[in-house]
Parts: sequence; C-alpha cells; structure tokens
Amino acid sequence: MHISEGVLSPAVLAGGAGLAVLGTAIGLKKMDYEAIPRVAILSAAFFVASLIRVPVGPVGLHLVLNGLLGLLLGWAAVPAILIALVLQALLFQFGGLTVLGVNTVIMAAPAVFCFYAYRPLLRRPGKPAAVGAFACGASAILLSGLLAAGALITTGEAFLQVAELALAAHIPVMIIEGIITLFIFRFIKKVRPEMLEGMYE
Amino acid sequence: MSLLQEPFADGASIAHRLDPRGRVLAAGAFAVLMAAARTYAAVIAGLALALILLALARLPWKKVGARLLVVNGFIVFLWFVLPLTYPGEEVFRLGPLAVSRQGLLSTGLITLKSNAMMIALIALIATQPVNTLGEALQQLRLPGKLCHLLLFTYRYLHVFEQEFQRLVQALKIRGFRAGTNLHTYRTYANLAAMLLVHSFDRADRVYRAMLCRGFKGKFYSLRTFSWQARDLVFGLLSLLALAGLLYLEWRDAGSL
Repeated sequence: MHISEGVLSPAVLAGGAGLAVLGTAIGLKKMDYEAIPRVAILSAAFFVASLIRVPVGPVGLHLVLNGLLGLLLGWAAVPAILIALVLQALLFQFGGLTVLGVNTVIMAAPAVFCFYAYRPLLRRPGKPAAVGAFACGASAILLSGLLAAGALITTGEAFLQVAELALAAHIPVMIIEGIITLFIFRFIKKVRPEMLEGMYE
Repeated sequence: MSLLQEPFADGASIAHRLDPRGRVLAAGAFAVLMAAARTYAAVIAGLALALILLALARLPWKKVGARLLVVNGFIVFLWFVLPLTYPGEEVFRLGPLAVSRQGLLSTGLITLKSNAMMIALIALIATQPVNTLGEALQQLRLPGKLCHLLLFTYRYLHVFEQEFQRLVQALKIRGFRAGTNLHTYRTYANLAAMLLVHSFDRADRVYRAMLCRGFKGKFYSLRTFSWQARDLVFGLLSLLALAGLLYLEWRDAGSL
C-alpha cells in the first residue's frame, strides 16, 4: 500500500503534500476537543487491527480498513490516517517524510469518499446495508489502488507497468477487505449501534 | 512479544542527545533535498551523510539492517519491473526481455535515494521516543490538535496491542487455526470489531476522566527543551552539508 521514499517526482510529492494539508485542516476544523480522544483511540484500534495477517492462499495480507474508518470518522479520518502513517514511519520505517502527503491522500481520500457515498445505503436495514458494507470496504481499496497508480504514472510514463502491477495487486485485497468490512459492520450494528451514529449526521 | 517497540529510541549517543526540534528540521530538509535530487553525485553524497549520522547514533547494525531489508520490498519490486519496461537503449537481453540502460540507472538512483532517506529517518527521528517527538512538533508550531492526536494515538496503541494479543490467545485456546475460508474471515472481522467496540467505550471513559481533571484543550509538559552549543554546531554542519549537496546537484545537472 505504501509508496516508498525516493520514487515519486517532486511535483507529485508537492501536490500530495498540498492536498494532505488541506484535508487535514478540514478534518481538524471539524474535530472539537471532545473528539480528540475518540478519534485517537479509535484510530489506535484501527492501527492494531491492521496488524492482523489474513491468509489468502499462500500469502498473508494485512487489513487496511480505510473505508470503515471513513465511515466512522468522516473528515476526521484524514488527520487520523496522517498520524497512523507517521507512526508507521517511526515504528516500522514504512513510508517516510516526503511521501507522507501522497500516502495520506492515497489512503484518506477513499475514506472520505466512503463517508459520503455509502451512508444512505448503510442506513437501510437488511440486504442493502450488507451490499453497502461490502462495497464500502472494496471500493476504498480500489480507489487507493487507483490513486497510487495515478501518483506513479504522473511521476513518469516509465512507471506505467509498475502502476499496472501495483493496481493488480490490490484486487485480492479488495475482495478480502469487502468481506471483512461487511462482517465488522454487522458486528458493530448488532453490538454497539451508537458507534454508527456519526454516520447519520 | 510486542510488535510495537521503538528499537532505536533509547541510547546515549550524540544523535540521541541533540535537540529533537533540530533533528526534525534537519531530517525534513535532507529528505526534501534527496527527493528532488536527480544526480548520482548528490545522492551518493547524501547516502554517505546518512551513514555518518547512523554511525553517530551508534545503533545496533543488525537491527537497522533487518529493518532496511524489510522496507526495501517496494524497491525490490521496482528492480523486477522498471529495468525491463523503461524506454531506452538496450544493454542486454534476458530471454525475450530487453534490459534498458536508462532503466537500470534510474532504478539504481531510486534505490540509493530511498535508502539514504530511510537511514536518515532512523538516525535522526527514530532515535527519539514518540512522546518527545510530539512535544517537539508542538514547539515547531504544528497544530495543537494534530500533536494531541499523535500523543493520544500512540498512548493507546500499546493498550490495544495487548488487548489484541489477549483476543488472539483466546482464539488459540479454543483451537482456532487460520486458513483461506469464510470462517477465518468472519473470526478475524469479529476480532477487529471487538477491538473497535472496546476502543469506543474506552474513549468515552477517558474523556470523562480528562474533564474530571480539568482538561481545557491543552497538554502541559514538564519537559523543557534546551538549545545548546552542540545543537548550534549540528545546525551549522547540517546547513553546510545541505549546501554541499545542492552544489553537487547543480554541478552535475546544470540547474537546480
């Protein structure tokens, strides 16, 4: 999911950083002080959940869950994801300083998209909600993959094949994320429906 | 064993003792310069600088090496694709595939750049605890809410990691074995959902506890940073080194 340091062109990095700053500013503005512990503690839980390795045939995939995060947090998902990426860079050295903006956009833009796109569907009972939850998880990953591919291609046309392969690698993740998001959504709706309240604003 | 250690944060080396604010600024400037560099001269000099910093930080080489190996995954992937697909003059053929000179050169440059930046990040930023970094960022005038978010998220990572380990243990005791099937996916989804539900409940309790203790939107820290002579020396040397990198880039690329 991460693009490493030193790959993208300065123009793409600057564009990503600009968008990330904008999104983070909107997210912070929408968060009052009461929301800070809620957003932080929830994103800590998401961070830990992403440590789960889900087996798919011979390989293990890590969960991303950015669609669900967007659904629960809305715009606050942008600063939450930015912080998660900072922590990943610090603790695991994944990603880095200059790609922070681009990686934030890759992960957070789909989260915000899911917040707006799937709320109506998820409010309905029964099958539409199930379809919506699956689509939310899957399309967040698809969008992340498209954004990552876009960042690579705008860096240089030589990266076309790299981008294609990176996008192809997202397809199995998409399906798994859809299934897992569906199950998580059902669980939360049954056990703690008030968590989804932010969704109804 | 915890997955969330900070293996490089503790130490008494000169890199650990420098002012965190200076280190953050130096690492940031270095990363921006490296990201923009197009010439081998500047990138190799940058890598050398990063290695000097790493040596000053006196970190266990083995651990650093292991880390670098893991984070080079994307770079390895690039080596498999980019030399074969980059348009340019052919150097040699691998069966039906032509390896281009420009492809090799550009993948090599990316590899060196990427590693120089990661090594500098380890030497300058991973050598401070996250809590210190949060305070340093706040003093560098980053939005307070963002810094609080960093400190809070980090604080609760460990709580949920322990909770996660406990749930995994409970699964194991009940004979759960992961496989490629719907049962596994449902189990893991329930596990993740349980973590989220617990986090939601805890957030409520934490906020109320904060209100009880008179939280007014600001964290107070007992630590004060002091800018000392060695930080001034480090700052000047960094500026000099960055200027040197800029010169190399300008000499070889003809422009900036």
